Amino acid sequence: MTDKNAQEVFAPWNDPGAKPLITFKDVTKRFGDFTAVDALNLDIYAQEFFALLGPSGCGKTTLMRMLAGFEMPTEGVIELAGKDIAPIPPNKREVNMMFQSYALFPHLSVWDNIAFGLKRSDMPKDQIGDRVNEMLRLTRLEKFARRKPHQISGGQRQRVALARSLAKAPKLLLLDEPLGALDAKLRQDTQFELMDIQEKTGTTFVIVTHDQEEAMTVASRVAVMDHGKLMQVDTPDRIYETPNSIYVADFIGDVNIIEGRYETSGAQAMVHWAEGKQALIGPKNENLNQGDACALAIRPEKVSISAEQPDGVNNALHGKVLDIAYLGNLSTYHVELPGGQIIKAQTANTRRLARRSFTWEDPVWLSFTDTASIILPGKGAS
Amino acid sequence: MNFRRIVLIGIPYFWLLALFLVPFGIVLKIALSDTAVAIPPYVPKLDLAGGWAALVDFVSQLDFENFAFLATDDLYWKAYLSSLRIATISTFFTLLVGFPIAYGMSRASGEWRPTLMMLIILPFWTSFLIRVYAWVGILNTEGLLNQFLLGLGLINEPLILLNTNIAVYIGIVYTYLPFMILPIYATLERLDDSLNEAAEDLGCTRFQAFWLVTVPLSKNGVIAGCFLVFIPAIGEFVIPALLGGSKTLMIGKVLWEEFFSNRDWPVASAVAVILLLILVVPIVLFQRNEQRQREAEG
Repeated sequence: MTDKNAQEVFAPWNDPGAKPLITFKDVTKRFGDFTAVDALNLDIYAQEFFALLGPSGCGKTTLMRMLAGFEMPTEGVIELAGKDIAPIPPNKREVNMMFQSYALFPHLSVWDNIAFGLKRSDMPKDQIGDRVNEMLRLTRLEKFARRKPHQISGGQRQRVALARSLAKAPKLLLLDEPLGALDAKLRQDTQFELMDIQEKTGTTFVIVTHDQEEAMTVASRVAVMDHGKLMQVDTPDRIYETPNSIYVADFIGDVNIIEGRYETSGAQAMVHWAEGKQALIGPKNENLNQGDACALAIRPEKVSISAEQPDGVNNALHGKVLDIAYLGNLSTYHVELPGGQIIKAQTANTRRLARRSFTWEDPVWLSFTDTASIILPGKGAS
Repeated sequence: MNFRRIVLIGIPYFWLLALFLVPFGIVLKIALSDTAVAIPPYVPKLDLAGGWAALVDFVSQLDFENFAFLATDDLYWKAYLSSLRIATISTFFTLLVGFPIAYGMSRASGEWRPTLMMLIILPFWTSFLIRVYAWVGILNTEGLLNQFLLGLGLINEPLILLNTNIAVYIGIVYTYLPFMILPIYATLERLDDSLNEAAEDLGCTRFQAFWLVTVPLSKNGVIAGCFLVFIPAIGEFVIPALLGGSKTLMIGKVLWEEFFSNRDWPVASAVAVILLLILVVPIVLFQRNEQRQREAEG
């Protein structure tokens, strides 16, 4: 990661003295009987690129719409820069939103779309033109200023929507699934463009997405939501490496889950996962007690696969290859253990395919180091 | 081009030819004839059995006398102007009443919309003539409206409404309201809600968002609705005949009188031809609007 250093420098969430830009205090939002957001507490800091990640219906969009002012919290307080924003209508908030559908005004040109918000503000007329041109430059849309939204491509429309929402220099920019309508290649380019623009303008971005890769790529911190609650809020690498629940581990990327019983031995933890099988060894989890139901989570790329039993490794499992998913640069082996459980192991295809040492139905050994896995509270445990 | 395509395209063309162009040709022919005491009451008559010579003789007897006559008598152009004025005013009021209804329908929750739509269409189940006639019972001096207003004490004397232009406006607005509501509703219903939210997000009040986003984007529906009301309202006959007074001058009524009272088919036909020429302008504009709308969506 190139911005690893930047992330280490920019970490206001670790600084107890830092004042958050946005604070959710016990915010609950109900629609009739349905609780969309459930007693949620969250701090978001200035200049953050904050991602709300979760499956559809998890409450992430409701959370964002409360920030924009289109929904009112049923209970609790949302503060922006220390002030309760409940009494402020959407048109008076220093918050702008980029809509999932872009919501460009079809009867106005690109230029007028971007100028729309500025014309409603008290900015003098002669400065509006300069600001619009600045936004057009930022989003590389100078050539399309006179076109109507239906005369430009999807990617260009996306940039118009971004320029329009940034034009008023809001304290907070909300992005609702901003790249959902773009194809994969354009998405990637646009993700980096978004990060670049966020860095240039220094605006706080809150992005809603169900695409975990997108959240990991762009965000300084990611909040994983489910059923109106925050499951985990952390930096992308920590979310991936040290998820705090099976849900988060499973939601972010691919993972093997081996359920068992927790036991500590010295500095390490052991997971008894099957009768007569050697316990698996992993790092300790301070929240678990001896004998608790637990789950060992291990990412496929941290599992090695070999034809012979590896030496000097504590965690070794024997099985046979059930399936091979060939992705070009990577291959994912689905290995069935004698108990019927399937473990995925991913390896980089550094050699030509023809020289692969094992194939379907071959007996293989899977192994991983003592620190590669993470031990999480088991299902049913809270 | 294969046979099926020719048939498919041919049907509407045949329809137009048989039910529009041919009747129009006959009306035009009568308009160019002279009135006569005969059955049918005009000369010359076309005798196709007489061959080429008879046809040439027939054409030589046609003239524009009736059109010249329309220009000399100021009744006709006053009637045209008055029709245009009544149609314009009624269209304006229909828009005034229809837009809020269409807007309300588009804001209503999804489960209510089919019911509301049904209520708009329901009056069509009763004969147009009966519905217009019913207004006589509402608007006359002893009518329901006057009794209601007198009962409330809002007025001391009954209002004279029936047989005035106001009654004609009421009749046209009432009758043609669905034609205004439906196209406006169709455009408003398709409007993305997030457009209004975006406008509010960018600093508009609710009203500004409505004025700057909803209204301009419903323009095509408004134009379509206005034409759908304006075009038939110009030639309207039943409403001014039943609800209008002796002072209500509309070209539909003039046409009726020329045809049935004076039995002057050629002049009546000339009136109809001129009316059609007047209507061609708004019809062409209407179709251009429809086409632009399709292009914008395509």
